[in-house]
Amino acid sequence: MNDTITAISTALGVGAISIIRLSGKDAISITNSIFKGKDLTKVNSHTINYGHIVDNDKVIDEVLVSVMKSPKTYTCEDIVEINCHGGIATTNKILELVLLNGARLAEPGEFTKRAFLNGRIDLIEAESVMDLIDAKTEEARKLSINQLEGKVSIIIRNFRQKLLELLASIEVNIDYPEYEDIEVITNENIKKEISNIKEELNKIIVESENGKIIKKGIKVAIVGRPNVGKSSILNKLLNEDKAIVTDIEGTTRDIVEGEVSIAGVLFRFVDTAGIREAKDLVEKIGIERSRNEIFNSDLVLMVLNNNEKITEDEKKLISELPEQSLIVINKNDLISNIDIDILKNKDVIYIDTISIDGIEPLKNKLIEMFKLEKINNSDYTYMSNARQISLAKEAYSIINDVEIGLKNEVPTDLIEIDIKRIWEKLGEILGESYSEELIDQLFTQFCLGK
Amino acid sequence: MEYDVIVVGGGHAGCEACLACARKNKKTLLVTSNKENIADMPCNPSIGGPAKGIVVREISALGGEMANNIDKSFLQMKMLNTKKGPAVRALRAQADKVTYKQEMLKTLEDTENLTILEGMVEDLIIEDNTIKGIILEDNKKILSNVVILTTGTYLKGAVLYGSTKIESGPHDERPSKFLSDNLKKLGFRIKRLKTGTPPRIEKSSIDFSQAILQPGDDEKHYFSFFNNKDYNVEEQLPCHLIYTTPLTHQIIKENLTKSSMYGGYVEGVGPRYCPSIEDKIVRFADKERHQLFLEPESIYYDDIYIQGFSTSMPHDVQEKMVHSLPGLENAIINKYAYAIEYDAIDSTQLKPTLETKIINNLYTAGQINGTSGYEEAACQGLMAAINACLKLDNKEPLILKRNEAYIGVLIDDLITKGVIDPYRLLTSRAEYRLLLRHDNADLRLMDYGYQVGLISENDYNLFCEKRNNINKVLDELKKYLLNPSIENNKFLTNIGTQEIVTTTSLYDLLKRPEIEINNFKDLIELNYDDEVLEQVTINIKYEGYINKANKEALKMLEYENIKIPDNIDYNNVHNIAKEAKQKLSEIRPTSIGQAMRISGVNPADITMLMVYLKRNK
Repeated sequence: MNDTITAISTALGVGAISIIRLSGKDAISITNSIFKGKDLTKVNSHTINYGHIVDNDKVIDEVLVSVMKSPKTYTCEDIVEINCHGGIATTNKILELVLLNGARLAEPGEFTKRAFLNGRIDLIEAESVMDLIDAKTEEARKLSINQLEGKVSIIIRNFRQKLLELLASIEVNIDYPEYEDIEVITNENIKKEISNIKEELNKIIVESENGKIIKKGIKVAIVGRPNVGKSSILNKLLNEDKAIVTDIEGTTRDIVEGEVSIAGVLFRFVDTAGIREAKDLVEKIGIERSRNEIFNSDLVLMVLNNNEKITEDEKKLISELPEQSLIVINKNDLISNIDIDILKNKDVIYIDTISIDGIEPLKNKLIEMFKLEKINNSDYTYMSNARQISLAKEAYSIINDVEIGLKNEVPTDLIEIDIKRIWEKLGEILGESYSEELIDQLFTQFCLGK
Repeated sequence: MEYDVIVVGGGHAGCEACLACARKNKKTLLVTSNKENIADMPCNPSIGGPAKGIVVREISALGGEMANNIDKSFLQMKMLNTKKGPAVRALRAQADKVTYKQEMLKTLEDTENLTILEGMVEDLIIEDNTIKGIILEDNKKILSNVVILTTGTYLKGAVLYGSTKIESGPHDERPSKFLSDNLKKLGFRIKRLKTGTPPRIEKSSIDFSQAILQPGDDEKHYFSFFNNKDYNVEEQLPCHLIYTTPLTHQIIKENLTKSSMYGGYVEGVGPRYCPSIEDKIVRFADKERHQLFLEPESIYYDDIYIQGFSTSMPHDVQEKMVHSLPGLENAIINKYAYAIEYDAIDSTQLKPTLETKIINNLYTAGQINGTSGYEEAACQGLMAAINACLKLDNKEPLILKRNEAYIGVLIDDLITKGVIDPYRLLTSRAEYRLLLRHDNADLRLMDYGYQVGLISENDYNLFCEKRNNINKVLDELKKYLLNPSIENNKFLTNIGTQEIVTTTSLYDLLKRPEIEINNFKDLIELNYDDEVLEQVTINIKYEGYINKANKEALKMLEYENIKIPDNIDYNNVHNIAKEAKQKLSEIRPTSIGQAMRISGVNPADITMLMVYLKRNK
């Protein structure tokens, strides 16, 4: 933590300005060496300074530089933020200059890691900050803010307190076997307590899965025969001409991602190269990638043309569709030639991409499929990151162990060992018990920059 | 050099220490203020119980004496927690205090290389931060390479009852007045601790008809792994259970400020786990009655010990309190209860070997380190002696890990966490208690006992045979497969268990709760000691849990294996919290594992420490 780290902390290529952030003891002097304006080493803390970034004498950009001195900063170290004009070339050039002058490129999540290690924030807070930065929709932002206030911590702490009381009662029985004053904890008592906690924990896990949906969004792959209208559907959803739509078969070769908020939840749509036997190499790569996309998505939309018969290729694809899939029949204003028999037992909806609200049936179907209305009515006090959820699931599976033990009439003091493990797992969610992997994994999961 | 080792104090720690050194052929001197009080039990007349009983087994496996000695001198044996799992079963013996002392003294006197000297040690001879010997009260100097201090409650000991405070050890013995001041001058941080003992009652003055009989077990038990002698279970003496009365509580409440504790006469910190009766009544005011156990102390005198009734009330109030108890209306008090205060050193100033960090070759063990209990003291005496001898022989120390022995848990807690009140070993202090069982102490530790030379060739061979037999039976059970034939299923139905549908080993069948190993006696050779069959049964029936515990232990050992160099300067480790820096500098943990257990050192500090260690590799 002796070196100075830097990263571009705004999304590249988007927005009017970009910010390059530096943190560490040389943050100010490094910036000063490429800055023409006031002497930054002499300005007050928490000031914004106008000037130019220069490469030797050549002006690179007109900038505003924020100087924040240790310890009252996000990382508790000296922080400088260079606000420049947003182009990719300019931003990269400035980053390059900063690196040349002695800063090191930050590892993913390293700014937040420093904030955590310098005692500025606790583990759940650190994770929530990352979530907040990642939050792309209003619902996700609400979720992040609720976590920051520690609502998740309170719930988990309550669980731990209950378990701790149970543990203490069992252990006191072991160490003082002859004292009648203490209630002897039997497997019956444990069964009751543990099933209460199991139920509540399960609720949290289920709600947290929803929370994950809110934050990470839902990935939807659009597949189908070339020129069946996949790109048109995508564009209609995105309201922009991101995918290339032509009448020539096979023009969509790359996977185009577009994000749209439906009922407050982020949907990430992926258009895939039309699946058919490829004629050239580029197209072949595109086709392979679309097959992969099918398996990596939360939902597959298979697009069919209303006025054409289902081809052999399409039949094959229909048979390969994963469980979470939806058949979307396009151009329903034209004559229907489609052999609907092949589609029985499948979820089918009709849309058109010509009329203004022709895409609405699809949006409504998505809200229904992912129970989004229910999510929107929740109060967002659950875990929203993968590490927390996976620990909660581990705790849940140990509860199952406990129940198996109870069923097999295992002595109470052995069952207690598992109860203790549940307690420890829940502690790990709060960052209260120590584990090296926890810290490492935690910070590598974070996005680049802050 | 006159002696290799001098042991100061003849209590339970001192006895184990001097015996182990002498048995390892070190010329050993035991200095005690009164030979008559060697291996004395100034408080409860029992040895063992949860956690502590397992420690006694561990002492036996390592070649210590306590287990042998209690097996020779018990009045009653009882296995506790028998309705619970095997991990928490614990043996407890009521001891005959007279026989216990006599037997131990005899053992000491019969041991070669061991000299016993009556005297009071008041100072230590130190050159270049290394111990060179002791100075007695009469200024006589005795030189040695190693000194082990096992001074118990005698360092500035003070007995209290009511507003009376007398400088004294237990039984009106003279306390050591100057040694603790001299230790302080050397840089030891001295704490003041307190403990207490209940009154002793003349047996013939008690009407036992109102008490509930607490007999010993009908089954025979032994602490020692060796030479178990047969005994008649009928000859065991019973204990009795009675309860405090509303009058008892009233008397205590009315006289509360007269007690040393509530009158403000006590400086020391008392144990949380063993509160005085006035503590219990104040802290649990809504409780209508408290259990009291009437325990015999010896067949040679008639004192009955009232377990659960320790107090520091003045004598006149004690009389009233005792007479308020059912069956004790006319009881004669032979010895009044008292509280005792004593000096102890800060145990975080010790190495894992129990050698002090300040003075080379000076070791401390027992209550001087802040523990309470005979068993806790004895095991420290043994470990200090083993490590002192290994050091004298230029050998690697023996540090027991937390997954190997309760002794390992105890010593690690002492040197890592320190103590605030007198430390008592509890099962809940052990993370891996399923591994640290009464029944497997030999399997865990006897290899060490043999390696350090305290287990004889003969005893070790017997142990190895037992271990081989256990493995043999386990193997047989795995190899013996039952197919789902009509005949086999008839056999299973006959022994009261469900039929099988696929070929199943006897090993897997034994996992069924209703099946006992003896159900298979016609199928495989089971003509072994009960202990062998018990081991096999436990290993199979609790295999899943044992495996889990082993896995957790391995995880802990990974951190234990990341060593921190002795010469680390925590001022060079950046970004660790001030409190953590201070604690780490003071305690100087030898591994990351130990550092993690220090209170006030949090995960972020550990991360920074590990980063530092990696960088400086």
